[in-house]
Amino acid sequence: MTDAPKPAPAGRAGTKRELPEHFKAYKHVWVVVECEHGVVHPVALELLGEGRKLADKRGVELAGVVLCGDDLTAALVAAACFEHGADLVYTVTDPVLAHYRNEPYTRAMTDLVNTHKPEILLLGATNLGRDLAGSVATTLLTGLTADCTELAIDDEGSLAATRPTFGGSLLCTIMTLNYRPQMATVRPRVLAMPARQIGRWGRVVVHPLNLAEDDIITKVLRFVADRESDKAQLAYADIVVAGGLGLRSAENFQLVRALAEVLGGDYGGSRPLVQKGWISADRQIGQTGKTIRPKLYIAAGISGAIQHRVGVEGADTIVAINTDPNAQIFDFAHLGVVADAIELLPALTEAFRAHLSVNRLAG
Amino acid sequence: MHIVVCMKQVPDSAQIRVHPVTNTIMRQGVPTIINPYDLFALEEALRLRDRLGGEVTVLTMGPPMAEESLRKALTFGADRAVLLTDRFFAGSDTLATSFALAAALAKIGQEFGVPPIVFTGKQTIDGDTAQVGPGIAKRLGLNQLTYVAKIADLDPTAGTITVERRAEGGVQVLSTRLPVLVTMLEGVNEIRRGSLDDAYRAARATIVKWTAADAGITDLGKCGLRGSPTIVKKVFAPQARAEKVRQVPTADVSTEALAASVMAEIFKCQPALEGELMRFSAGP
Ligand SMILES: Cc1cc2nc3c(=O)[nH]c(=O)nc-3n(C[C@H](O)[C@H](O)[C@H](O)COP(=O)(O)OP(=O)(O)OC[C@H]3O[C@@H](n4cnc5c(N)ncnc54)[C@H](O)[C@@H]3O)c2cc1C
Ligand SMILES: Cc1cc2nc3c(=O)[nH]c(=O)nc-3n(C[C@H](O)[C@H](O)[C@H](O)COP(=O)(O)OP(=O)(O)OC[C@H]3O[C@@H](n4cnc5c(N)ncnc54)[C@H](O)[C@@H]3O)c2cc1C
Repeated sequence: MTDAPKPAPAGRAGTKRELPEHFKAYKHVWVVVECEHGVVHPVALELLGEGRKLADKRGVELAGVVLCGDDLTAALVAAACFEHGADLVYTVTDPVLAHYRNEPYTRAMTDLVNTHKPEILLLGATNLGRDLAGSVATTLLTGLTADCTELAIDDEGSLAATRPTFGGSLLCTIMTLNYRPQMATVRPRVLAMPARQIGRWGRVVVHPLNLAEDDIITKVLRFVADRESDKAQLAYADIVVAGGLGLRSAENFQLVRALAEVLGGDYGGSRPLVQKGWISADRQIGQTGKTIRPKLYIAAGISGAIQHRVGVEGADTIVAINTDPNAQIFDFAHLGVVADAIELLPALTEAFRAHLSVNRLAG
Repeated sequence: MHIVVCMKQVPDSAQIRVHPVTNTIMRQGVPTIINPYDLFALEEALRLRDRLGGEVTVLTMGPPMAEESLRKALTFGADRAVLLTDRFFAGSDTLATSFALAAALAKIGQEFGVPPIVFTGKQTIDGDTAQVGPGIAKRLGLNQLTYVAKIADLDPTAGTITVERRAEGGVQVLSTRLPVLVTMLEGVNEIRRGSLDDAYRAARATIVKWTAADAGITDLGKCGLRGSPTIVKKVFAPQARAEKVRQVPTADVSTEALAASVMAEIFKCQPALEGELMRFSAGP
C-alpha cells in the first residue's frame, strides 16, 4: 500500500483543479542557501543555477534565502547569490541562527514563506536541508519531493520534479498541484554549477526573526569539525578512484588509494566495502552514498550495480577495470579494461608517476 | 521509560526487478524486510530500555502482511507491537504518513504511557525521503534530533537528553528537553540476535491492530491519497546511453604496456587532464 509509487491516479488528486484562491498570490522561485559556519554549500549555488531556469520559464524572480548569525556573513552570502543568478535575497540575521538548529530555522523559514509567498521552494538534500525541509513542509502542509535529479516546469506551469525510484531502475515525476509552495530537495553534485557572473547585483530584503535564545529549547553545546585529513571531499573531487569487492581485501584496497594520491584525487568504494569496514561510510559512492561528478572516475573491481551507477553517471569519463567482460559496469563506462585490477592498478600508478615526473623534469 | 520505534516494512530492493517491456515493478515473490535503517533505531531503543528499564513498542503503518515485520521486531526483544492498517491509508505520501503515525503515537501514549522518546530510522530504502521523522516531530511538537550518531546522556528524571548529531563537515553536540524524536544514523550499533525466550514470546504475542478509527482519526481527508499533496505523474525507465564503451585491447600485452595504453586512452578522453596533473604534481 504505502510502499508503491502511487499509480498515476485517475481523477481525484491526479487532475489539476483550479488552484485554491489563497494560493494564487504565491509567486517566485526560492532557494535556501545553506551557509553553516559562514561557508556557502556548493549545492545552493547549483540550485540557484537551476532555479534561474525555472524562474525564467515562469517569468518570475529568483530569490536566495540566507539564514545566518551575523550581518557580515549575510552580506557575503548574498553577494554570492547574486553572482549565481538571484534577483533578490531574503536575509534573516540573528545570533540564534549562528549554528543550525531545527527550531529557529523552521520558524524563520515558515515565517518568510507565509509573508512573501514563493511558489517553488528548493533546498539541498544535505543533512541540514533534509532536516529543515521536512519540518517546513509539515508546518505548511504542502508537498515535498526528495532527492530530485531533474526539475522542470510543465505545460500548466507547475513544478515537475523527477527522482529515481527503486534504486535508480526507474524514474518518477512527482508534482504538488494544489498546494503551495511546491517544495523539492536536490542532492549535491546532481545539477551543474552555474558560471559566476562577477559584478551581478540585486536587492536585499531583510526579515526579522523575533526569537530570543531563551525561547529555544535545543542548545548547541559544541561543534566538532571533522579532521581535514579525514574529510572525504569526494562529491567535489575532479578525480575519483574507487574500488569494489573485486579487490578481495582491505590490503589490496590500498592500491586504489595509491593511484588516487598520484593523481591528486580522492578515493571511495562500493557499498559492500563500507559494510566490510574497508572504508568509512562517507566514502561510499552511489544511491545511498555520495553522488560524484568528477572529470575522471576510475572504478576497479566494481560490478556496476544500478545503485552504484546512479551515483557516478555525472562523471565526464568513466574508466572501468574488471575481469568480467560482461560486467554491468561496461554498459555505462566510457573506457573499459578487461583485466585484473590487482595487477593493473600498481602498474597504472607507476605509469602516471613516471610520466608526470619525466615531464616535469623536461618542463 | 516507554520508547516507541517507528518501523516500515519495505520490499527487499536487492531483489526487485523491473519488467523490461512494461516498466512495471515485478513485486511477485519479492520478499519484504524491516527497513534496514530502522534496525539501528530499534537496537538503540532496546539498549536504553535494558539500561534504564521500561518498555519498547514498535509501530508500523502498512498492509496486514506487515505484521510479519513486527513479529520479527518482537524476536529482537521489543515488548509490544502496534500495526496501523486501513485501506484509507493507501497511497499516503510523507505528509499523510506522518499524520497517521502521529495519531497512532498519540493513541499509544494514552493506552500504554506517553513515550519521552520516539525513534525512527534515518530514511527508508524504498521511498528514501527521510521526511517522515521530521513530519512526526512537527505534528506532535517533539524536539527534533536527526542523524543522531550517539546518545551521550539521557536523564529521564530531569527530562534532558544530549546527543551527537552528524552535521555537514562535523558533529554537533546538542542538548534538549524530552520528549524528543530521534532519527538514528546507520552503522552506529548492531542489532542483537534476540534470545530464545523472545522468539517464543514473539510467536505467541498478539499484535495490536488499529484502524484509522481505532487510532482516533476522524478526518479521513488527511489520510492516504486524499491527504497527500504530492502526486506521482509518471513512472518511466531511464534512457540507455547510446554511446558504447571503448575497450582497451588487452590480448598479448604485458601489464606495464597495458597500463601505458590505459593512461594514453585516458588522456585522449580528457585532453586537458595531462596539463592539470602536471601542474598538480609540480606542486604550488
Ligand atoms: C537499498 C540498496 C542501496 C544500495 N546502495 C548502494 C550504493 O550507494 N553504492 C553501491 O556501490 N552499492 C549500493 N548497493 C549495493 C549494490 O546493489 C551492489 O551490491 C554493490 O554495488 C556491489 O558492489 P561491488 O561492485 O563492489 O561488488 P560485486 O557486485 O561483487 O562486484 C565485484 C566485481 O569485481 C569484479 N572482479 C573480481 N575480481 C576482480 C579483479 N581481480 N580485478 C578486477 N575486477 C574483478 C567482478 O567481475 C565483479 O564485477 C545498494 C544495494 C541496496 C539493496
Ligand atoms: C519511489 C517512491 C518515491 C516517493 N517519493 C516521495 C516524495 O518525494 N515525497 C513524498 O512526500 N512521498 C514520496 N513517496 C511516498 C513515501 O514513500 C511514503 O509516504 C512512505 O509512507 C513514507 O516515506 P519514506 O518511505 O520516504 O520514509 P522516510 O521518511 O524515508 O522514513 C523515515 C523513517 O520514518 C519511519 N517510517 C516511514 N514510514 C513508516 C511507516 N509506514 N510506518 C512506520 N514508520 C515509518 C521509519 O522509521 C523510517 O526509517 C515515495 C514513495 C516511493 C515508493
